[in-house]
Amino acid sequence: MNLNQLTISEAKEGLKEKKFSSVELTKACLLQIEKHNKELNAFLTICKDKALAAAKKADEKLKNGDTSPLLGIPFSMKDVYSTKNVRTTAGSKVLDNYIPPYNATVYQKLVNAGAILLGKTNCDAWGHGGSTENSDFGVTKNPWNKDYVAGGSSGGSTAALASDMTIFEIGEDTGGSIRLPASFCSTVGLKVTYGRVSRYGAIAYASSLDTMGPITKSVEDAAYLLEIIAGGDEKDATSSPRNVPLYTKHLTNNIRGLRIGLPKEFFGKGLDIEVKQTIDEAIKTLTSQGAEIVDASIPSVEYGIATYYIIAPSETSSNLARYDGIRYGNKRSSFGDEAKRRIMIGTYALSAGYYDAYYKKAMQVRTMIKNDFTKAFEKCDVILSPVSPTPPFKIGEKTDDPLQMYLVDIYTVLINLAGVPSLALPCGFSKNNLPIGMQLIGPQFSEDKILNAGYQFEQATKWHKQKPNL
Amino acid sequence: MKIDVAHVAKLANLPLTDEEKKKFEKQLSSILEYIAKLNEVDTKNIEPTSQVTGLENVTREDITAPSFTQDEALSNTTSKHNGLFKVPAILES
Repeated sequence: MNLNQLTISEAKEGLKEKKFSSVELTKACLLQIEKHNKELNAFLTICKDKALAAAKKADEKLKNGDTSPLLGIPFSMKDVYSTKNVRTTAGSKVLDNYIPPYNATVYQKLVNAGAILLGKTNCDAWGHGGSTENSDFGVTKNPWNKDYVAGGSSGGSTAALASDMTIFEIGEDTGGSIRLPASFCSTVGLKVTYGRVSRYGAIAYASSLDTMGPITKSVEDAAYLLEIIAGGDEKDATSSPRNVPLYTKHLTNNIRGLRIGLPKEFFGKGLDIEVKQTIDEAIKTLTSQGAEIVDASIPSVEYGIATYYIIAPSETSSNLARYDGIRYGNKRSSFGDEAKRRIMIGTYALSAGYYDAYYKKAMQVRTMIKNDFTKAFEKCDVILSPVSPTPPFKIGEKTDDPLQMYLVDIYTVLINLAGVPSLALPCGFSKNNLPIGMQLIGPQFSEDKILNAGYQFEQATKWHKQKPNL
Repeated sequence: MKIDVAHVAKLANLPLTDEEKKKFEKQLSSILEYIAKLNEVDTKNIEPTSQVTGLENVTREDITAPSFTQDEALSNTTSKHNGLFKVPAILES
């Protein structure tokens, strides 16, 4: 096994036992980036010299007995996190040359924990999309088959991780942007409860929906990272002041008696047969581990996309109004097509005479969606569902029809609207060898529960260990 | 559903070409048609949700702390004059 293939827990152990140095580990990742990034287009910015200098320092600290939780471990981030003195584009030409003068809280926490930034990864501009085809810097290709999309918007993140260019990734999820690409690239991806992780310094898409979370090679790594990045932040008034549990300590529990709800609306018309069969197998695995399957219902599913595509564009039209081309960034004519579309839908929905009919109405339906989940969780502990209605689609297949692209999010947007956490994890492959993922959804602030369920599933399966043939 | 793209683009301060206006009108109309689906839902007496975890009135002490230096604040602009941002005039002299 090459060093760049390691998980966080494996890398930590190797560093501790001096089997290799942080410089060697970092070099292995940089070499893999050098070999494959040109073809996959996963990284937008690579911090080679800075990363190697940081690795050298980390090796000295390791020698001196420093036990910082991520000391010497290289990682990468979706290019929406402000990183001081490192170019940050949000996938948009508007910020082509933007160098933030400050750090996002999540990045600062990772730096404090000793992690080493390898670079920033590609995404749909401003998080607007499900395939990275809306990136102003070109599409990211799926490492499992380069004719296919990697998913989005955090597609650069999951492609980088699946191709072992990095040890872990941090993505961002507003309507599925961590989970969809995680399922398309066969990685683990955690969408946290709204406010569980600070949004400070992450370039805003839709402020009432944006969440920051880990993308990893194992559930254990996701739990470990969440312990480090979660928590209240006085710079983000919407972050939760609740205590952060030691998520890794919850991974040893079994799932005997865990009630898993299957909402019938998530398994109906429009669900690809291969995805359905794969999920059925996963359900069998979980029941063989002692979980109980119960019926569930989320009647508002059919209104999820419409609700989301009013709220998210409305908020993004407001958030993107700050790009005036004067204080930083390029002129507003540099916005790409999808950003222009969403700015206009949002502007329209919020304009005089339409606010009540669109934004307020959508916020009311949002209440109904949230209540549907609360009600469903009275009868079950977690909900299991597909992430995407189909396996990954081909590059270019949906680009001419924005609405078709939006419908890919049907199983993911509801979770953001309800503010609940959801863990996406690999559960199989289509007959064309394309990854299929599922998601485990829990009540607000139940990350410990869904991580444990995912961990138990992972113990019994080997999907997460499979590697693409680059 | 018809959307006046030129008017909305003006509100949003988005410069569009005539070709873009035509393309977007078609695309945006079909999206608006789809989201009009929400009209089916009876939302009488339902409160809107804006803060999904229920936080209210989050405040902190009003204390001063170091912030950007002038150089840092200006570090990403090409539009400056004597250490200040230079903006287009909005009033005619």
